[in-house]
Amino acid sequence: MVKSFEEINEKIKKGEAVVVTAEQIIDIVKEKGVKQTAKEVDVVTTATFSPMCSSGAFLNFGHSDPPIKMKKVWLNDVPAYAGIAAVDAYIGATEFSESEGMRYGGAHVIEDLITGKPVKLKALGSVTDCYPRAEIETYITKDTINQAYLFNPRNAYQNYAVAVNSTNKTIYTYMGTLLPKFGNATYATSGQLSPLLNDPYYRTIGIGTRIFLCGAQGYVAWEGTQHNPSKERTDKGIPTSNAGVLALIGNLKEMSGDYLKAAAFYKYGVSIFIGIGIPIPILDEEMVEFVSISNKDIYVDIVDYSVPKRDKPTLGRITYADLRKGKITLRGKEVPTASISSYAKAREIAQVLKSWIKKGDFLLTKPVQNLHEEGITKTLDIRTKEDL
Amino acid sequence: MAKKKVVLTFPPEKIEQPITYHLVKDYDLIINILRAEIYEEETGRMVLELDGPKDKIEEGIAYLKSQNVTVEEAARDIILNEEECIDCGACTAVCRPGALYLNPKTFELEFDKDKCILCGLCVKVCPLGLIEVKF
Repeated sequence: MVKSFEEINEKIKKGEAVVVTAEQIIDIVKEKGVKQTAKEVDVVTTATFSPMCSSGAFLNFGHSDPPIKMKKVWLNDVPAYAGIAAVDAYIGATEFSESEGMRYGGAHVIEDLITGKPVKLKALGSVTDCYPRAEIETYITKDTINQAYLFNPRNAYQNYAVAVNSTNKTIYTYMGTLLPKFGNATYATSGQLSPLLNDPYYRTIGIGTRIFLCGAQGYVAWEGTQHNPSKERTDKGIPTSNAGVLALIGNLKEMSGDYLKAAAFYKYGVSIFIGIGIPIPILDEEMVEFVSISNKDIYVDIVDYSVPKRDKPTLGRITYADLRKGKITLRGKEVPTASISSYAKAREIAQVLKSWIKKGDFLLTKPVQNLHEEGITKTLDIRTKEDL
Repeated sequence: MAKKKVVLTFPPEKIEQPITYHLVKDYDLIINILRAEIYEEETGRMVLELDGPKDKIEEGIAYLKSQNVTVEEAARDIILNEEECIDCGACTAVCRPGALYLNPKTFELEFDKDKCILCGLCVKVCPLGLIEVKF
């Protein structure tokens, strides 16, 4: 049984496609088997709602009169990068406010723009004959500016880590507050619902794939930065740590504040919850095998975040099924577990995407180009010119 | 036997007096001080669990009031903005008594006020800043 993207799209257009979520498919496969499921199901929706620091937005403010060539830009006192032409800027999610510090940052500016709030724009220009204005201070909303689109360099990690702290004092990380002496263990990703865990070798998710991005239709733009597909995998092909990752793009003006939330991690800094949904076409039986995985099949490495080194020690490996039980045993000690990404929201997104596809509002796209299946990340070392 | 969790506010003239001692000695209550603090304006605040027969707890509370100590129900001092909550679960990671937890079926955040000891760790940890503890 082999189906093409085109055949599945024809069914979607006719309103005949059978669409289920990556959670629902688990029991369907158990009941009907792989062969029958491949015949009956056309699309499986996956989703995640997690903090993803490597995110930001490109904005084009339009030209003032007299015009300005912006050199430095602040949005609600948060610096944005303006070294791109005259009135283009990129606001990164993790940038801090110069007046409020790490309680408000780029992520909050992006959320304020999405929800339609006015944002203060301040810019200094480099004066030229064609751009005579030296500075500007005004207010913008998403409706007063030309373009506003998220371009997130690294989102939707395939898998991540379980974070613990072996030392005697509390540490503050992007994985939340980690209590001393293995006082807790935190984890991210939506496990069995997570996009790249359901397509472990990137057969259907690639450059050009249309996705749900924060309530709008967005796209996979490129492989994510630090895409690292050669990491260790289990027998089912599922990586036990971060591995593959995506760069995503989408129109901020069409997004919803329900699926993008600014976050401040105590004593760490600003991050942003990004809501992502990705459809997986059931092209054949292999795809059924991939999407049928459940939390008990997905292992993840337990990492000691208290070691301030690039390569942190791995203390073991555990399944998401065990993590979801609320406690794990680590070095003979019972350790409470907690997720820092919202499974409830991920479920909601998978349902929304499912309804879009069922209604015929969302067609699937075959990747323009596939992501690399192999490759490692490079490290940054101190070197001289002569070393190279 | 019953258990009751209360928040006590001591006026400045009472903060140096061994008031909780009398709850043990005169009213035979098992007391558990969950949190105690003296503030700059010299009022004292304490989260206290009282364990004993119901009538003794009531008598003990009456004694505290007679000493000008304000007695309030503990649970009303925590405010969780459920409307804006995204159910990420970050707060559950630091909640040692397990008052904040994700419902195993819906994965939505639940809050069991009776288990809360008002430690306030969740306040700083909530990435959206949605929890307030008045202590």
